[in-house]
Amino acid sequence: MATAVADGRQPEEVPAIPVRHYGRWVVGGVLLVLIANLVYSVSNNPRFEWSVVGQYLLSERVLDGVVMMLELTVISMGLGITLGVVLAVMRMSPNPLVSGVSWMYVWFVRGTPLLVQLLFWSFIAALYPRITFGVPFGGPELFGGHANVVITPFVAAILGLGLNEGAYMAEIVRAGILSVDEGQVESAHSLGMTRLQTLRRIVLPQAMRVIIPPTGNETIQVLKTTSLVSVIAVVDLLYAVQLIYSQSYQQVPLLIVACVWYLVFTTILSIGQYYIERHYGRGTSRQLPPTPIQRGRLLIRRMRGVAAREGA
Amino acid sequence: MTAVPMVRAEGVHKSFGPLEVLKGITLEVAAGEVMCLLGPSGSGKSTFLRCINHLEKINAGRLWVDGELVGYRESGDKIYELRDSEVARKRTEIGVVFQRFNLFSHMTALENVIEAPVRVKKVPRAQAVKEAHELLARVGLPEKAAAYPAQLSGGQQQRVAIARALAMRPKLMLFDEPTSALDPELVGDVLDAMRDLARQGMTMVVVTHEIGFAREVGDTLVFMDEGVVVETGHPRAVLANPRHDRTIAFLSKVL
Ligand SMILES: Nc1ncnc2c1ncn2[C@@H]1O[C@H](COP(=O)(O)OP(=O)(O)OP(=O)(O)O)[C@@H](O)[C@H]1O
Ligand SMILES: [Mg+2]
Repeated sequence: MATAVADGRQPEEVPAIPVRHYGRWVVGGVLLVLIANLVYSVSNNPRFEWSVVGQYLLSERVLDGVVMMLELTVISMGLGITLGVVLAVMRMSPNPLVSGVSWMYVWFVRGTPLLVQLLFWSFIAALYPRITFGVPFGGPELFGGHANVVITPFVAAILGLGLNEGAYMAEIVRAGILSVDEGQVESAHSLGMTRLQTLRRIVLPQAMRVIIPPTGNETIQVLKTTSLVSVIAVVDLLYAVQLIYSQSYQQVPLLIVACVWYLVFTTILSIGQYYIERHYGRGTSRQLPPTPIQRGRLLIRRMRGVAAREGA
Repeated sequence: MTAVPMVRAEGVHKSFGPLEVLKGITLEVAAGEVMCLLGPSGSGKSTFLRCINHLEKINAGRLWVDGELVGYRESGDKIYELRDSEVARKRTEIGVVFQRFNLFSHMTALENVIEAPVRVKKVPRAQAVKEAHELLARVGLPEKAAAYPAQLSGGQQQRVAIARALAMRPKLMLFDEPTSALDPELVGDVLDAMRDLARQGMTMVVVTHEIGFAREVGDTLVFMDEGVVVETGHPRAVLANPRHDRTIAFLSKVL
């Protein structure tokens, strides 16, 4: 690497004849044939109805579903991360009651299916017809409302997704906090920082490197999981296309529409996650590997180099 | 008694479960004194230092810093445990330098130094930055303010750690083997910074295996073994004429 800098030329590659991998060529050829066959069948099977896909992809009802999907993802991830930090900190509390409550929460939420939790939230009115905030054990009421008014399907969806996500984030945040060297906490304490200051200023920022990658996965997971809220009549992306095909009977193209949108946003999230991970990977002394874009440029430059040599 | 000693320990005991690490430590460190603690591995030197700023709670005995009980408050004939925030405030008066530096790895050298003054003492940031530059210059690293710990050598990290501790203007500095994680050629710079500090009258308790430093800079040398103080005296006297067998045995190994 160092030699490439001096005169701006690529260094001469070792002029060895590379090993021929005939097996790789055979496997690659077989795969190419299979892929070509798949593409041919997908594009020529009229029952995929690609024209219908195009017709609905940007339709208003579908786009509304996309917006709902994004809203649900953002709000429930926000709730999940906040709750996750609180639960993780509670879990590490010296007070056994506090850590016990956190443990119980995670145990319960992770031990029951999200679909069931969502249904429970949507039927909460049957359990508690009135939702009230006031003095415990039946004291005076400060705020209250009918459960069916307070807990709309949207609120039930947020509660179901967010509270569920909180349990998973709690484990992720806890792993992150545990990854921070004990010495960092000790030196913060010996400088007179309080426990809260130490957590906020010293521990959490360093825990980020461990917390961020799985959080990206969780976001992708939640984005896809929003499709479950169709069972409690929230018009997310999946429910939007279901409503359309219940009238038009074009199930396949409409489910493809949904898949396209899910793929678009999971792809965007994956790319974002890749760069955020790189960002938090700094500060470790190791040099970062090149991004795909940088690698692509490198490849092009190398191919040009080969072409130039062969031309000469 | 003329002046209040900076540190006073009376029969300090500390156990971890069934393991009794400190078995009654009694000693005094006068203001401005440099005390060097010497002793074999596992003798409880680090534990004693950690007790002084209440990173460990003592099980029995009494420990005072600048005339005030460590971790407790005396009122009449009762002793109350201090709240976390009160313990934290007292710790601001004691600087600690650890064997493994423990710089905040996500912050630059400068940010490491200003963190506690700004967050804990609420010093205006501009003033803290100015003082931090002066401190970094004082430990010989004026050009490293923007470097992250991973970009510094061990000796440089340790000097930043000293600057960070000094930024709180402590009245007592505790050093726990500050040079034993360093390559030999980097030890000198750190010892120079400490020598400087001693010359300016800082009260210091230094756990070290640097016999040369103890001899030259120390006012007192304390030899500890198995949780008790075996021998105390002027460094040159103890090093030249150790009186106890255990001291003799230990010194014959390190000298
Ligand atoms: N948090 C802890 N829990 C249990 N045992 C501990 C703890 N801290 C220290 N010890 C034990 O206490 C004893 C004294 O440890 P300490 O670190 O004070 O020794 P030291 O004199 O500083 O030794 P060294 O020169 O190796 O640093 C050791 O046996 C150690 O295992
Ligand atoms: Mg030690």
